[in-house]
Amino acid sequence: MKSFKLDGLVLPLFGILLVLTLWHTMAGKKIYVLKESIEVLHTSVIEAVPAGEAGWNTLKPLLNKPPVEATKLTAAIKSLPNGPEIWTALEQNLEERRVGLISSLPNVIETWQASKLYIVEPFAKRGEMDQGILRFSWYSLILVAEGYALALLIGTPIGFFLGLSSMFTKTFDPLIQILRPVSPLAWLPLGLVLFLSAGKEAGTYGALFTIAICSMWPTVLNTAVGVRAVPQDYLNVGKVLKLSRWKTLTKILIPSTLPYMFTGFRLSLGIAWLVIVAAEMLTGRPGVGGFLWQEYNALIYEHIILSIITIGLIGFILDRLMSLVEARFKAIS
Amino acid sequence: MAFLELNNVSKSFGGQRVLSDINLSIQEGEFVAIVGYSGQGKTTLINLVAGLIKPDQGEVSLEGKPVTGPGPDRGLVFQNYSLLPWLTVQENIALAVDQVFPGWTAAQRLAHIDKYIAMVKLSHAKDRLPKQLSGGMRQRVSVARTLAINPRILLLDEPLGALDALTRGTLQDEIANIWQTERKTVVLITNSVDEALLLADRIIPLTIGPGATLGESVPVTLARPRDRKGVNHDPEFKRLRALVTNQLLAFNAGRKVSLTQKLIRPDILPEDLEAPRVSRPPRRPGEEKHEVILTS
Repeated sequence: MKSFKLDGLVLPLFGILLVLTLWHTMAGKKIYVLKESIEVLHTSVIEAVPAGEAGWNTLKPLLNKPPVEATKLTAAIKSLPNGPEIWTALEQNLEERRVGLISSLPNVIETWQASKLYIVEPFAKRGEMDQGILRFSWYSLILVAEGYALALLIGTPIGFFLGLSSMFTKTFDPLIQILRPVSPLAWLPLGLVLFLSAGKEAGTYGALFTIAICSMWPTVLNTAVGVRAVPQDYLNVGKVLKLSRWKTLTKILIPSTLPYMFTGFRLSLGIAWLVIVAAEMLTGRPGVGGFLWQEYNALIYEHIILSIITIGLIGFILDRLMSLVEARFKAIS
Repeated sequence: MAFLELNNVSKSFGGQRVLSDINLSIQEGEFVAIVGYSGQGKTTLINLVAGLIKPDQGEVSLEGKPVTGPGPDRGLVFQNYSLLPWLTVQENIALAVDQVFPGWTAAQRLAHIDKYIAMVKLSHAKDRLPKQLSGGMRQRVSVARTLAINPRILLLDEPLGALDALTRGTLQDEIANIWQTERKTVVLITNSVDEALLLADRIIPLTIGPGATLGESVPVTLARPRDRKGVNHDPEFKRLRALVTNQLLAFNAGRKVSLTQKLIRPDILPEDLEAPRVSRPPRRPGEEKHEVILTS
């Protein structure tokens, strides 16, 4: 039992560590190449900084073996009392370069350093597109919640009709099967066009439309399956008691279908969270997806990784929460 | 006019005749057991009376009025209990009681429900979900739910079929006791001759399908209450049991399963490879064999 618990914690950590290592080795790192000889550098530091000799002695072993690793040089300069002045003197004689298998990919340390501010002040707002990562996530979550609610409100009744009426199924099932695989990226422009008259809010409505229509299908299909799976015995109980249609629905059909519905709800939530990123990218709304796209355009690649990890973690948490609710309903029947 | 009447009732499923020419009349207050083999249409028969399915021919009528659909005047106890798993014992019964007695006050209904839960000795378990109950307890809930709607006739569809022998015995006694106090008209479907003899006033065997029908009814004149231990030595009980059992066995003796099989033997003659593969004819006579299997 004890070893099992260890497996559950140690092995995932090991997996994460493995991937981080792989990422770090493949990623690029910043180095400095000396533009001038070491003697010229020495002179310029001594001339510019009074009492620069002591600092120079610490840096010399590093600069002696070019190319110099940027992180090491920065750390060394930081430790000096007159570091900033020395850096100013050195900077113009150094050329920055990136090396590595995928040189433009930021490595683990660079990503952490660039993301630190966004993580330690998760709710800060410094500008429209410069906010703490959780604040961005919050905007996204609100939009997802709205679109998702819309999807459930529309999807659940459609699922019930599909499950109850074979005529309805024959009429609309082919249509559903055709619409279901359409990508959110294809729906979004249509959504924007539909709400063109809304002006400034077109982006929001378009995004809501896209989330709703893309995340609806698992709810629709699972509800339909659930309704078809209601045991005939339960329906016979209702028939013998002469329950009205409404009572049969609320007392027998809905409770019996709930476990299936919640499976659908969980899958729908997953898709809604997938769609939000695409929707925010294209509409440029502030949110975790919008931030990702903006930072790509601003060439801050570290923040792309930060956004991806955030999106993944939040998606994971949402799925776990829905599983808990789902398990509760599954346990009853 | 009898209380429950079935006139020339027939029913087929998918071209296969399950029941044919069923004639049955039951008096008010009578306890009738229908005994038969599994899979010969016993449940179909009870579903016809309950109105869950409609006969192809003939008519079912209760108190002179034809049965057109299911209704709470015919209380059906299902073979597999059919309790709603998300409702507690009390809520399961409340669903039925609230539906059938909408005019009562909440307190009246609650007292009524409690009375029937107590009758099946489940007061201690009334807040449990069905999955927290044993099979016997579930069936008692099902019986209580059916009795609580005060049906004109009680239809028991192999109510004890899924239970172990000991629980079965206990529940048989409980059903006998309840019948003694409530004096309802009961139709019991069972495959156990002993169970029928212990409970019923009259036993009707169901013949073997396809197109099963009811055999000659056997009145059970044993004095009530019937003691399950004492009755074993009662000569009348023995006589009736032999009678009914022999009737049932006689139905089966007439049944021969005949089966025609196409047996492909390994073909040692060279095949005609020119002929199309699918409809290549048998190379030798005698590849088709008729078999008769006796199953008694």
